Amino acid sequence: MFLKFALVGNPNCGKTTLFNEITGSTQYVGNWPGVTIEKREGKAKKIEGDIRIIDLPGIYSLSPYSMEEIIARDYIVNEKPDVVINIIDATNIERNMYLTTQLLELGVSVVVALNMMDAADAKGHKIDIGILESHLKVPVIPITASKGRGVTELLERALNVAQTAASAGGVPLFNEMHDESIISSIQEIEKNIIPNLNSKTENSRWTALKLLEGDEKVQETLQVPDALLSEIKLYQEKLERKYDMDIETIIADSRYQFTTSVARKAVKKKEQSSYLTVSDKIDKVVTNRILAIPLFLGMMFGIFSVTFGTIGSFTIDFVDELVNGTIANLFSSWLEVAGAAGWLKDLIVNGIIAGMGSMLVFVPQIMILFFFLSILEDTGYMARAAFVMDRLLRKLGLSGKSFIPMLIGFGCSVPAVMSTRTLENEKDRRLTIMLIPFMSCGARLPIYALYTAAFFSNNQTMVVFSLYLLGIVIAVLSGFVLKKTILKGEVAPFVMELPPYRIPTFKGLMIHMWDKGKGFVKKAGTIIFAAAVIIWFLQYFDFSFQAAADPGASILGAVGKAIAPIFTPLGFGDWKSAVALLTGFVAKEAVVSTMGILDGVSGATDGSVDLLTALQASFTPLTAYAFMAFSLLYLPCMAAFATIKREMNSWKWTLITAGYSTGVAWLVAFLIFQVGKLMGFS
Amino acid sequence: MERTLKELMPGEKSIITKVLGDKGAVKRRLMDMGVTRGAEVLVRKVAPLGDPIEVNIRGYELTLRKSEAENIIVA
Repeated sequence: MFLKFALVGNPNCGKTTLFNEITGSTQYVGNWPGVTIEKREGKAKKIEGDIRIIDLPGIYSLSPYSMEEIIARDYIVNEKPDVVINIIDATNIERNMYLTTQLLELGVSVVVALNMMDAADAKGHKIDIGILESHLKVPVIPITASKGRGVTELLERALNVAQTAASAGGVPLFNEMHDESIISSIQEIEKNIIPNLNSKTENSRWTALKLLEGDEKVQETLQVPDALLSEIKLYQEKLERKYDMDIETIIADSRYQFTTSVARKAVKKKEQSSYLTVSDKIDKVVTNRILAIPLFLGMMFGIFSVTFGTIGSFTIDFVDELVNGTIANLFSSWLEVAGAAGWLKDLIVNGIIAGMGSMLVFVPQIMILFFFLSILEDTGYMARAAFVMDRLLRKLGLSGKSFIPMLIGFGCSVPAVMSTRTLENEKDRRLTIMLIPFMSCGARLPIYALYTAAFFSNNQTMVVFSLYLLGIVIAVLSGFVLKKTILKGEVAPFVMELPPYRIPTFKGLMIHMWDKGKGFVKKAGTIIFAAAVIIWFLQYFDFSFQAAADPGASILGAVGKAIAPIFTPLGFGDWKSAVALLTGFVAKEAVVSTMGILDGVSGATDGSVDLLTALQASFTPLTAYAFMAFSLLYLPCMAAFATIKREMNSWKWTLITAGYSTGVAWLVAFLIFQVGKLMGFS
Repeated sequence: MERTLKELMPGEKSIITKVLGDKGAVKRRLMDMGVTRGAEVLVRKVAPLGDPIEVNIRGYELTLRKSEAENIIVA
């Protein structure tokens, strides 16, 4: 038998820090079933007994309108954790307690962890724990999770509550929280409506409140018949007339009146004169009218140059050398000695090991990038960046929070797509993910380098720059179009807390970084691996399952030849281009090496003279430009594809994304070639 | 003439008297964030590009767009 403690709290209340502090290395990160919201579980250290800790999503309320809120509420209602540990930010008790009131309404065993006591002390807030406990009627334990203070005591109290749980119920609080007219409406619904429901409810007081509030989820679960709904409506209207507000607002107001009065009694704040907190001082610079945007761009540039520049390319080379060099050679010679068949050796070395390599090279970059991103997130800067950039993205139907993922897309789509997790709104996330592949990532650069060297040697920089710009323009237009068509819907509110600046904990950063790397390998790894092996197979064999002499003779080559006519209107109907683009699914830079092989210039991954001459024979500047544009926009590489699948958690949307980008690529390349031809370019 | 939160200048303080709008994602979100009748708001600043705005409410900093602030009536 083990006990289950669930952690519940607002975003930015230090919940994750507390979770890390309690569980340490025992934690396990997964997804909640059917959604891409992280589920963290772990075992409690520092205390005897088998206690499982479940970290519920950070939420402001238990109203069932966001995925996070539904998950948290369903978990508490259905899984019945032994104790719900409600984390409250001690510097912001009034708003944090709004969630507490809803937990108490539920009548579950709650223990309040009053976190960030150090910050509250520093601000000069004096908090009377006794007053809080007497009003909330649950234990309140002051802690500072980032320093580990009070955590053991918190767990002991929670354990104590769990062991004496049966007696503890949250119901009594109802009467203190809501006024008489609300309470009597609840009681009447409990008496007159609930017994007439088809399904039994365990928690009739809470159910009555939810029905009064007009909670659609509860109505749905209980299958409340229309007749009863209209009866409930009478109770709602009575209150609405009395208060001159809609029923949801009445109840929310009532909860806030309670939290305001409790906070007023329990917290003595130091007289706030004109003095500025540290947060205010940082904000003065960071969100300054003139400095804000340059500062943001500078910071992004710094993160970029480290992640994708020197250190990033060093780690890529290192992993590449390790996997495709050392390990591949080791297996090669070992298989040689063992006398393995040629195809088997090729499968293992060029299929499996190279496939692993193409996946593993991303891992260090993902970890470095998320190290920086979690610093931005944990310090509170991310929210400011969204605040500063929101106006720009609004036009696309996105919010400021999409800016950073899109920007990361210029480095690599894989971590960019992963970083969309910070977007709460499902539609915004989908749209952002669909637009990210249009940001020209680092792997497309070798293609541009080769083709511009062959055709635009006089103004290479300008041509490459124009391609980056083209990607941005396409993303902007796509934003407009998608938001008006398949991703139509209510505008997501941009109502966001700007948390005070905080110093992130080293432990938290490390855990986050490790999770992202591990998650990528585990979740995206299988798809990438499978795709790599399949592509190897198609590339190695011809239709009689004999080893193909060159990629052109392989199954993949045959497919390339078959689809080549599709590219004729784009100016590059040559089968070699088609095959090269197919291999580009493995990794975009593979387009270049395939071109080299097909043109009979082996090992020509750079712009060697032979390859340039060969390209000049089959392309013109115009078709080369159309080809580059197509390479930029079409189907993302398999690593990005697998990550999109993981983050969208839907094959349908993944395929829509892939199909959309390829369609757009075709259309754009078509326009470039045809319009270019009309204008007399060649 | 009713004033909305959008019309307050940075540094101005007021009390929320009403949040307009039907039941919708925006209204619910505002409710959850403590933007309800009787709460005191202080406009802190406007974002560098002119929108959104930052306010202080119930002891914390909140940002919202002007289009959302337009629905919040203040005294």
